[in-house]
Amino acid sequence: MLIVVCIKEVPDAAYINIDPATGTLIREGVPSIINPFDNHALEESLRLKEKHGFRVAAISMGPTSAGETLRNALAMGVDEVVLLSDPVFSGSDTLATTKVLAEAIKRLAEKEEVAIVICGKQTIDGATAQVGPGIATRLKYSQLTLVDQIQNVDDQAGKVRVRRMLEGRYEIVEATLPALITVVPQINTPREPTVRMQMMAEDAEVTLWDNEVMKLPKESIGVKGSPTRVRKIFSQIMPESEILGDGIYDPEGAAHLLIDTLTEEDILSL
Amino acid sequence: MGVRQSWKKGEPIMAEEDYKGVWVFVEQTDGEPATVSWELLSVGADLARKLDVELCTMVIGDNVEHLCQESFVYGASKVYLIDAPVFHDYRTEPYYRAVRYLIDKYKPEVVLLGSTSLGRDLTGPVATELNTGLTEGCTELDIDENRLLLQTRPAYSGNIMATIVNERARPQISTVRPRAMEVPEKDTSRTGEIVRESMDISEEDIGVKVLEVIDSSKGEAGAIDITAADIIVCAGRGIQSSENFQMIQELADELGGAVACSRAAVEDGLTPVESWVGQSGTTVRPRIYIACGVSGAIQHTAGMRDSDVIIAINYDKQAPIFEVATFGIEGDVLQVVPAITRYVRELRARK
Ligand SMILES: Cc1cc2nc3c(=O)[nH]c(=O)nc-3n(C[C@H](O)[C@H](O)[C@H](O)COP(=O)(O)OP(=O)(O)OC[C@H]3O[C@@H](n4cnc5c(N)ncnc54)[C@H](O)[C@@H]3O)c2cc1C
Ligand SMILES: Nc1ncnc2c1ncn2[C@@H]1O[C@H](COP(=O)(O)O)[C@@H](O)[C@H]1O
Repeated sequence: MLIVVCIKEVPDAAYINIDPATGTLIREGVPSIINPFDNHALEESLRLKEKHGFRVAAISMGPTSAGETLRNALAMGVDEVVLLSDPVFSGSDTLATTKVLAEAIKRLAEKEEVAIVICGKQTIDGATAQVGPGIATRLKYSQLTLVDQIQNVDDQAGKVRVRRMLEGRYEIVEATLPALITVVPQINTPREPTVRMQMMAEDAEVTLWDNEVMKLPKESIGVKGSPTRVRKIFSQIMPESEILGDGIYDPEGAAHLLIDTLTEEDILSL
Repeated sequence: MGVRQSWKKGEPIMAEEDYKGVWVFVEQTDGEPATVSWELLSVGADLARKLDVELCTMVIGDNVEHLCQESFVYGASKVYLIDAPVFHDYRTEPYYRAVRYLIDKYKPEVVLLGSTSLGRDLTGPVATELNTGLTEGCTELDIDENRLLLQTRPAYSGNIMATIVNERARPQISTVRPRAMEVPEKDTSRTGEIVRESMDISEEDIGVKVLEVIDSSKGEAGAIDITAADIIVCAGRGIQSSENFQMIQELADELGGAVACSRAAVEDGLTPVESWVGQSGTTVRPRIYIACGVSGAIQHTAGMRDSDVIIAINYDKQAPIFEVATFGIEGDVLQVVPAITRYVRELRARK
């Protein structure tokens, strides 16, 4: 049985800056990292491997530089990695992205039965949380989002039981396999790769599937396969903040000033 | 109109004039509606007016007919209702099949859902099945001169805003963040038309079962829902010890608000709460957000910068939290927070 984990390389939010003249993103010099949520997805796939003896394949769609993120996944203990990269894939929105990722999972499933696909809850750049559900729909897998515990996997009975973390409540849910699971960061603490694994991974092979291999119709992928377009990008201007009183030497006074200001401006009524 | 020209030969043609109406999905749990559904009716009414079309809701569930009248009261003129036991617990599959069935049959041009756990679980499958685009987590919606839906949402951790359009496929689907829009005025005199539909789905067809629900609003241990809170008092690492969390709780109680945390505060075990505000946690948009001893890392502000009024209390005046704050107090949280609580109590006692 195979576990497939979907990981994406994203710009590190901590280094993102806006060009004040144009209001656009400055991309130069912004380091790429694995989408932090996907690190938890990766960790969970490795725990399933250790517990149930499943094999783990990691896939990523992105530019060829994303191969580095996949090599890191190998260093952490993934068995196989596939990079989905082709100029015709670029500019894909969620609809087109899930087309490529679902097709890749189908190809993997031809060789070995897939039990579970794991995604992060969302990415930090797109933050749509829709890629996982889109893949589940295309593959007709059970969909289990926002999972904070995988409680049991019974591949004989073809069932998985998880806990989902929702607004104000948890839900214990059982589903038939194969299933697609998206995970929240509370699910685990990701491990660091060992130096030995890192060295081994450096020379490891990253399989590349471009569209020669995938053979997806060009109208269904990339810009052509994406119904949504970004029309405008602009930065959000935050109003100047107002410092109230002298909180260091007169905390009481500052506290009074705050509450008086809030009530006078009708922000708070007591 | 520009929409059809963008279609290339060989692509399925969707005649946009066949698609009419603005629809809102009414989210409910055990018959209890999510407030965001009514918030969607306020922006929905604005869009419907600009497009000169009807504003409708979809009500799907088990014993949920009362939500039809509520939809009318909040501004809808028509409700598509699917009411059957199989929809008792929310599960992705029966719900997306029901939504898809209604959209296929009645062809709305705009469909709005809340950007909640449930809304985000449901939207992807619906859009995928209908082969249309979706925009997640919008905070503003408008209509342009070509009747296109302008969907504006924060991107890159709230650093920028992006306006997204779907020129080629229908319906145009958006999810909208809770509390981004006001709940419309209630008008109890309003009524409308109920269109009853049924779906051929049996329990045996569904591979997912909800075995148990652990609900913190019923006093059971669980994650607290802070997305609905009007006032949030957030504890950062600056509160320094778990004993000091008590003063955060007291201020929140005094103001009738909820407590929240930064990720660092959760990781350091300073709070009894398991979830945090921010990019990897919950996105909130309260009327008042009080950040106590929070530095304001971009991963934190991504989840709260849209709050109406932000108050920062921090003794380091260089802390980036002051860049997103409306009001700031430079000072020691351990002194300032109890001082605020005391003063609020004092003012209340005077009344
Ligand atoms: C991938 C990733 C995702 C993340 N996601 C999130 C997220 O979703 N949410 C989140 O919150 N964080 C997130 N983080 C962590 C984030 O980067 C910060 O580390 C975190 O927000 C810091 O929390 P803090 O402000 O409470 O603590 P600190 O950064 O340690 O700040 C504490 C502040 O308290 C002040 N202070 C200390 N003592 C006092 C006192 N007595 N009185 C007044 N002020 C005092 C200090 O001046 C300081 O500014 C993420 C990080 C990564 C790498
Ligand atoms: N290009 C990609 N390659 C691999 N996995 C992806 C890609 N985009 C999204 N995912 C997966 O889908 C999840 C949700 O992404 P999103 O819908 O963009 O917020 C991520 O956490 C990843 O697990």
